Formats: sequence, C-alpha cells, structure tokens
Amino acid sequence: MHLFFQELFNGLVVGSLYALVALGLALVYGTMQIPNFAHGHLYMLGAYVAFFGVTIAHIGYWPAMLLAVVVLAIVGLLLERFVFRPLARGPEVNVIIAAVGVLFFLQTLAQVAFGGDYRVFPTPYDTVVHFAGLVATQQQLIIIAAAAVLMVGLFWFLKRTLTGATIEAVAQNRAGAALVGIDTNRVSAMVFAISAGLAAAAATLIASISLISPSMGFTVILKAFAIIVLGGMGSVPGAIVGAYILAFAESFAGTYISSNYQDAIAFGVLVLILTFKPTGLFARGT
Amino acid sequence: MRRNLWIVAAVIAAVLPLVVPKTFYLQIVASAFITAIAVYGLNVILGYTGLLNLGHAAFFGIGAYAVALLQTKAGWPFWPALLAGCVASVVLGALVGAISLRTRGHYFAIFTAAVGVMIAIVFTNWQELTGGNIGIVNIPSPPPIGPLSFDGDVPKYYLVLVALAIAIAICALVRNSLVGRTFVAIADNEALARAAGIDVARVRLTAFMLSTLLAGFAGGIFAMYNGNLGPDQTGLDVTFEQLLYLVIGGFGTIAGPLVGTLVLVGISHELQGVQQYRFLIFGPLLVLLVRFFPYGLAGAFHRLTARGRA
Amino acid sequence: MLLGVRNITKRYGGLVAVDDVSFDVPAGTITAIIGPNGAGKSTLFHLISGYVPATSGNLTFDGEAIDGLPMHAIARRGVARTFQTTSLFTHLTVLDNAMMGYRMRTRTNVLDALLRTPRARREERTSREAAFEALRFAGIEHLASRIAGAIPQEAQKRLAIAIAVATKPKLILLDEPVAGVTSEETVEHAELIRTMAREGYTICLVEHKMSLVMGLADSIVVLHHGRKIAEGTPAEVSADPAVIDAYLGAATHA
Repeated sequence: MHLFFQELFNGLVVGSLYALVALGLALVYGTMQIPNFAHGHLYMLGAYVAFFGVTIAHIGYWPAMLLAVVVLAIVGLLLERFVFRPLARGPEVNVIIAAVGVLFFLQTLAQVAFGGDYRVFPTPYDTVVHFAGLVATQQQLIIIAAAAVLMVGLFWFLKRTLTGATIEAVAQNRAGAALVGIDTNRVSAMVFAISAGLAAAAATLIASISLISPSMGFTVILKAFAIIVLGGMGSVPGAIVGAYILAFAESFAGTYISSNYQDAIAFGVLVLILTFKPTGLFARGT
Repeated sequence: MRRNLWIVAAVIAAVLPLVVPKTFYLQIVASAFITAIAVYGLNVILGYTGLLNLGHAAFFGIGAYAVALLQTKAGWPFWPALLAGCVASVVLGALVGAISLRTRGHYFAIFTAAVGVMIAIVFTNWQELTGGNIGIVNIPSPPPIGPLSFDGDVPKYYLVLVALAIAIAICALVRNSLVGRTFVAIADNEALARAAGIDVARVRLTAFMLSTLLAGFAGGIFAMYNGNLGPDQTGLDVTFEQLLYLVIGGFGTIAGPLVGTLVLVGISHELQGVQQYRFLIFGPLLVLLVRFFPYGLAGAFHRLTARGRA
Repeated sequence: MLLGVRNITKRYGGLVAVDDVSFDVPAGTITAIIGPNGAGKSTLFHLISGYVPATSGNLTFDGEAIDGLPMHAIARRGVARTFQTTSLFTHLTVLDNAMMGYRMRTRTNVLDALLRTPRARREERTSREAAFEALRFAGIEHLASRIAGAIPQEAQKRLAIAIAVATKPKLILLDEPVAGVTSEETVEHAELIRTMAREGYTICLVEHKMSLVMGLADSIVVLHHGRKIAEGTPAEVSADPAVIDAYLGAATHA
C-alpha cells in the first residue's frame, strides 16, 4: 500500500510536467490547428537557457526560469510570424514539414552550441523530505506546486481577462473572430509565445530532476500528442486531465507491469483512441 | 533529354566501383542508395497522395528485421527472406493503413507517428528476438545465383544498385499509369475524385501499401548490405530525416528522392565537419521550400511550364 | 422516372437546410432547382450526390434506392455532378482531368501498371479517347495539354462539365453552372447544356439566375428556406404568387 501511494505521488510529479508541456501544444492546436512537432524542442531549448542562467550567469533558479520563459516566448513569436503564419494557405502537411525543419535546426543548434552530452541541472532544492511515510525531494514538491500555480494562472488568464477571451474566441471560430474585429494574427502570435513560455517553465522544472540533452525533445513530443488526443485535441482542461491520467498509468505500469514498455503506454493509448474514434475524442462540430 | 540524364546517371553508377579509390566511398554511395529506396516509398504516400506517414521508418524496420531474423534464426537464404520481408511490411502496411486512413487531417500523421514509435519500442525491448539495442549481427551474404557471387563490397554494391533501379522503375511505372494519376488526383481534390466515382479510401490504401512495400524492400536490402541491424534505424528521427531528403530533392518527382538523398548524404560525408552543422542550413531550407513551393518542386515546375505556354 | 426524391430532409443541429422536399426528374429532361440565396439548393445536390448524408427521406435512381450510399458508389450508378465553386484537379493537365472522369470505368491496378499488362495499355487508350471526346464535347480540346489550374475561368467551367461527361453518366447535376461568367458566356453555356440534353443526358441544375432557367428548363422546382414552394413549367412557376413573393421578399430583405 505504501508503494501505491509513492507511485501516486510520482505520478503527480510527472503528470504536472506533462500537463505544462501538453497545455502549450493543445493551446496552439486549438487556436491554429497546427500540430507543432517542434514543441518538444522548444522545451529542450528552454531547459538549456535556464541551465546556463544558473550555471554561467549565476542568476539563481527562479530568475533563470523567468529568463527561459521570456527567451522562449520570443522564439515562439518568431516561429509563428516567420514559419507558421505564411503556411496558412498551403496543404496542411506543410505545417508538419516546416515543424520538422525547425526541430532539426533547434536540435543541431543545441548540439553545436552546447555539446551533445547529457548535463546535470543543479537545483538548490535537493533536500529530501519525509511526510506521511512518503519520500520526496523539495524539488518534486515545487514541481507540483509550480505547475498548479501556472495552470491556475493560465485558466484565470483565458477565462477572466479580455485578452484571454479573444484567444477563446479565435479557438472557437477563427473566421467569426476576424469578422468581429479580432486581430487573429496577434492572437496566434500570443498563443505561440504562451505555449513556448510554458514549455520553458516545464523544462526548468523537470531539468532539475532529470538530465538535459539536445534530443530530450523527442520523447516528450509524442507523449504530449498522446495526451492532447486523449484530452480531445486542442482542449486545455482535456490536456491537463490527459496528462495526469497518462502519468499515473505510466507510473503504475512501470512498477507493477514492466518498465521496458512504460513508454509504449502513451502511444498505445493514442493508437487505441484513434482506432475507435478516428476523429478523436470530443471532436468539435460534426 | 530527361531520359538521357537517367542514362548518364546509370552509366556513372555502373562504373563507379571501377573508379572510386576507396571502398569506403562505395559504401557511402550504397548506403545512400538504400536510403533513397525508402525515400521513394515516402514519395509515393506524401509526394503523390499528399499523406504524411510518420511511421515510415518502422516499416523499413519490419523489412530489415524480417530479413535478418529469417536468415539468422530460421536459416532461410536471403532471397526468400527478402520476399518475406516485403510481404511482412505490406501486410502490416495494409493493417495499419486500413485503420490510420480512417483518420482525417493531422490525425493521420500523429497516428502513424505513434504506430511507428510503438514498433520501434518493440524492436528495442523484445530482447530475446531482436537482440535489443545491440540488435542482430552477422547477417549472412546472399547465396550466389549461378556464377554470380555476392560476397564483397563491389558485388553487394551492384545488388543495391539493381534494387534502387527496381524501386525507381516501380515509381515511374506507377506514376505514369492511370493508378499514379489517380493518386495525384485525390491529393489534389478529394471531393471531385469521389464525385467522379473514385473509391478514395481504396486508392489511398493502395498507395499506403505500395509505400510500405518500398520501405520494407529498402529495409531488407539494408540488412543484407550492412550485415548488422539495430533499432536506431527505425525511429521517428529516421523518418524525419527521410522526409528532409524528400522535400529537399523535390517531392512528387521521380528524380527528387534520389537527388535529395545523394546530395544530403554526400554533403555530410564529403565536407569534413559539415555533418554536424548541416541541419542548421537544411532545417531552415525545409521551411523555405514548403513556404515558396507549397505543392513541391514538381508542382512549381508544372506551373512554370503552364505559364510558359499560356 | 430517372431520379426520385422523396421527403428528403437535412438538419444541421437546430437548422433545417432542406425540409421534406420531394420531386421527380424524368429521363431526358432538364430540371432546374431555383430559389433565393440560402434556400438549400446546393445542400439538396449534396444529398442527391451523397456528398453529405440526409437526415431522413429516400432517394431512388434508375429504380434503385441510393440513399445512404457513399458518393463514389452513387457516381458509379450514373450520377455525375459539378460543384458551385469550380472544382478541378488543378495540378493535373486538362486531359488528365477528363481521364479521371473516366477512371471509374477502368480497372487498371498497381500490378497492371507495373507489368504494363494489355489491360493497362488498352484502358490507357480508351480513357484517352473518352477524355478527348468529353473535351471536344465541352469545346476545350485545344487546351488538352495545359495545366487545369492555369486555364481561363470560363474554360475551367467547361472542364468541370467535361469531367462529369467523361464519367458517362445518366444524370448530370450542375451546381450554378454560370456563376461568375459574363452574359455572352452565359448564352454559350446555356447552349452547351441544351446540347447535353439533346445527347441524351438528363440534367438537373441549381441556378440563382431566373433568366437562364426560364429558357432552358422543362420543369422547375422552387425552394425557399429549405422547403419546396412550387413546381411546374417555367410559365407556371413564374406566375406563381408564392414564388414571386419569395423572390421579391428576398430582394427587399437583401
């Protein structure tokens, strides 16, 4: 039983990280129908920015996270403006091809600039905490709390601010939003910035319990896709629920079944859903 | 004119073993040819039918592992093993295609990516069968056909060259037939194709199976040529790389897959130190190509000639 | 009776696009479906051709039920159609476009293509002949080698008709065949449609312009807000007070 709760706790940590990554992907898909295969690599870039903030600039953990979020938000803006916006009218596979181009570029950039080896991210919060018979590091608790704060903040922004409302409007009906005078390009740019910023925050949080490398974006991206398919492509609450479901499933499967196929769960879930619901769960419209 | 270019290319490829100074270079060219066969497969599904199968490298893996395992574990000779490898990838292609083609739009790419990664995970984790990350080693050479022996780099190079020629011939014959034009037509205008009585689902499945056939064929040839095989040949990153070769060579064209693969593989091996940096150029180039040639270089060529005649 | 439409209805959520419409199209005639914008004319064509499924109602073609069949299966029974916004295979040549129209009459598969079987060669030839015949019929044979997306708009409309004709259909559904063409070209198109009828094709067309329809159609079905409000010869329909109301009403509201 103790193991069960420990796994539950681990699932909560991993789920929080998955949620932050998947949220950004869902937000971009929901407003622009762009499956951004380079999202995982934005996350990777965020990890490196934070890493150098801590190890070279010595600006401390939280300022480094802020730096990563700001830098990645700018990268997101640039991507939207110069890569994805011009592709809106072409065949839809072109968006994926362009994302693959971006992904290769970012991965190589990281390899050339930062080297291909795995790096350990120093965290100031590595004290081990015991509570209710569970073992946790401070960092793990921070991850759960920080992810919760970010998600609540995002919800507040989307539901309670005017800017957030314009994003929702564009997500529901892009043409209609344009008709009532919403600058849809501005919304797209903003969504990309938020999405990349969230990825950077997630990366800073996870980097301190894991290793960072130029290829770290690859595993995470397909899991994030599995999550948003599970959560109903483009739905923000769906992405959060999907992230925790997947994390719990992986956590328990890793302990009770086999850790070899732990990573396959996400893809199995994705394949099963699309096999039986080819238009995805909770598909919009008819 | 174009026919002459192909003849020149064939002659160069044929005399290459006589003129290259080191077998190392011959090996690079042969590896590029094998990759090109797989890229031809990707061209059928993406270039003709407009669908992006991100699990393509997994079908390459199915062909490769089938050939390697049948030879090393079941003691089959190469030729029937190659045939079985092709059959295996087409059968799996039919199954995956029948399910994945029911999805629409971006779901197709996401679905096939997930299937591909699952297959790659099986290759990595089914240690007893596939040897896990170490893979399969000592895959034997093909048995001789009459006086033709396939031991050594040069005979194997010619075998790869023949395989590439077969792949190109398949693509050219299909593309110029009614079948190939139907592929292109449904990518161009699905509703009209349906209105004209074309069973779009069936045509797409045909294209998907043909594309997995070429992937599996390439995989079988790869296992034979390399003599060893690991799961790193089957992942999503490999598909992405093949996609890069295809788009840069020009998707939808007959020469594109070969040109793209040779140029990119050639550049990375020939210019010392460039390999590491090449994606800094080719990544952005990919973005520019889809932006300025949204329908591929073939589409741009058509429009240019059409404008010229107008 | 070539086409029978019985109580056909299409609902999108709470909106009823086509509401309990019935009419017949006798073989060898030109039937026009008219009505103000948003009357449900194009939706009706989508239902007949199987492009979207009907919510309820029955369709019979040539004595067989066709409702619920996929679009390509309906096309194979002899129902061809054009689309309102001219729909072509824009990256193919004009000849290949017409050949795709004939494609469903051929059986060449991948193996035929790879082995260049007699069937592949024979069907290549017959498709080419059928395509040229259709292009000649539509008056655009001289454009055969051009890319469809690059020919003039009026020729594109003719090509859309050529693709439909190349399927060798019994019934051709024309969705606003003269939308966006000049008045002289409208006259030529009307002549082309008349020729089609003389050649034995049964025609059903959706049209917004009353003037074209009056001189062309044998019978007219008038839709308004998805419902059939009148049916009859052009003379009968144009004298019908409900029709005049619908058109005048639409005009004053617009």
